[in-house]
Amino acid sequence: MRVTVIDYKAGNLTSVLKALRHLGAETLVADGDLSLVETAERIVLPGVGHFAATERLDATGLTGAIRAAIARGVPFLGICVGMQWLYAGSSEAPEQAGLGHFAERCERFPDGHEKVPHVGWNSIDVREDSRLLKGVGAGEFVYFTHSYKAPVTADTAAVTQYIEPFASAVERGNVMGVQFHPEKSGETGLKILRSFLGWNAEGTK
Amino acid sequence: MERGGDEVITKRIIACLDVHDGRVVKGVQFVDLIDAGDPATQAARHAREGADEIVLLDITATHEGRATLLDTVRRTARELFVPFTVGGGIRTADDAAQVFEAGADKVSVNSAALKAPGLIDAIGRSFGAQAVVVAIDARRDPEAADPVKDAQVYVQGGRKKAGRRVVEWAREAEERGAGEILLTSMNADGMRTGFDCELTAAVSEAVRIPVIASGGAGTVEHFVDVFGRGKADAALAASIFHFGVSSARSLKEDLARAGVSVRLPC
Repeated sequence: MRVTVIDYKAGNLTSVLKALRHLGAETLVADGDLSLVETAERIVLPGVGHFAATERLDATGLTGAIRAAIARGVPFLGICVGMQWLYAGSSEAPEQAGLGHFAERCERFPDGHEKVPHVGWNSIDVREDSRLLKGVGAGEFVYFTHSYKAPVTADTAAVTQYIEPFASAVERGNVMGVQFHPEKSGETGLKILRSFLGWNAEGTK
Repeated sequence: MERGGDEVITKRIIACLDVHDGRVVKGVQFVDLIDAGDPATQAARHAREGADEIVLLDITATHEGRATLLDTVRRTARELFVPFTVGGGIRTADDAAQVFEAGADKVSVNSAALKAPGLIDAIGRSFGAQAVVVAIDARRDPEAADPVKDAQVYVQGGRKKAGRRVVEWAREAEERGAGEILLTSMNADGMRTGFDCELTAAVSEAVRIPVIASGGAGTVEHFVDVFGRGKADAALAASIFHFGVSSARSLKEDLARAGVSVRLPC
């Protein structure tokens, strides 16, 4: 199976590529080359870094190509900032629009007693019908590192509690996102990536 | 789907590999080094045995160059699917880029950031704040009115005073965009007599970013103490694992019994 991984020069792709290859995927890295998105079988948008970096997706035309691929039904997975980009925007870079596939906006964790960023292993409470997170049980942990987060809505596939409940995963049809890093979440993370690689319009595997 | 209660993020147990010329070593207060194996093998074992994260500190890098380091990082990262931090001899954003390219998720900077603090900003801009760990080697200042609040930053493996107070430097690192602080007590390091909880708490209260405590781990109680009294978000362990004393999993099982929230099963 082939996966197109989007490179928008925001942090490093090595860990995501390594995990996908470990699971037997052939990875293609798309930075400016729209044809890799236009012919993509699956798309992963990683993200470690600042929401402002997604500006490059607009500048290179990748935003339009990804929007078209999603409309064609290509399975899409956004990771961390890559998930946040699926929303209308983020207060981290208010002037930079997201894809707007989900109407809400991402906000910073409120100031208070707890540490921000939210760094470390936390649990996820999975929506029963999530196909991406199928088989992830209560008591399994995933690795987070972020200061901004998406709100809990009808599209939320998993909820995590830190300071307040937030969407640790989102899923509507072929469009999926995870706030945590499956490529850094041990066996649980690999299981989630495997589900994404097995995702098709009829059902997972 | 709503969760009940005030759940808190788990405390992390981080396995630390001190690496010298491509081999894992352990010494007391950075001298008398003993060979403790191959980094890639050791890292994989720690991950398998429940470590939440792996840190590789190249203790040769600052002095003798870094050619073997990238190869070690590449080999270690290959089959590692937990967060992986690499430190030692990272002087420029370009050095950091090479280490990320080789497979690290975070870099730890120490003396180079003290010399040129803009390094923290530069790496954060390119790779995100979460990717920059600022390591601080600290020693209490017995001459000072308040040995904890006035604790001094040291460089060159604890041999030389940097001329900065620990708490102030931690705050500056945060302002410049560091994602975490790795605080090593040079007094306690390798002694297995417990973490410096007072110093760790002083730093943890001074910043909003997570603080990783390091130096002095010898028993489970030391970890319970640093997560409680020391207000640490994570703790580094090296010698406690090296010679079959314990695994991260059994350490975490003991911590869970003592009421500390940890990632289990793992």
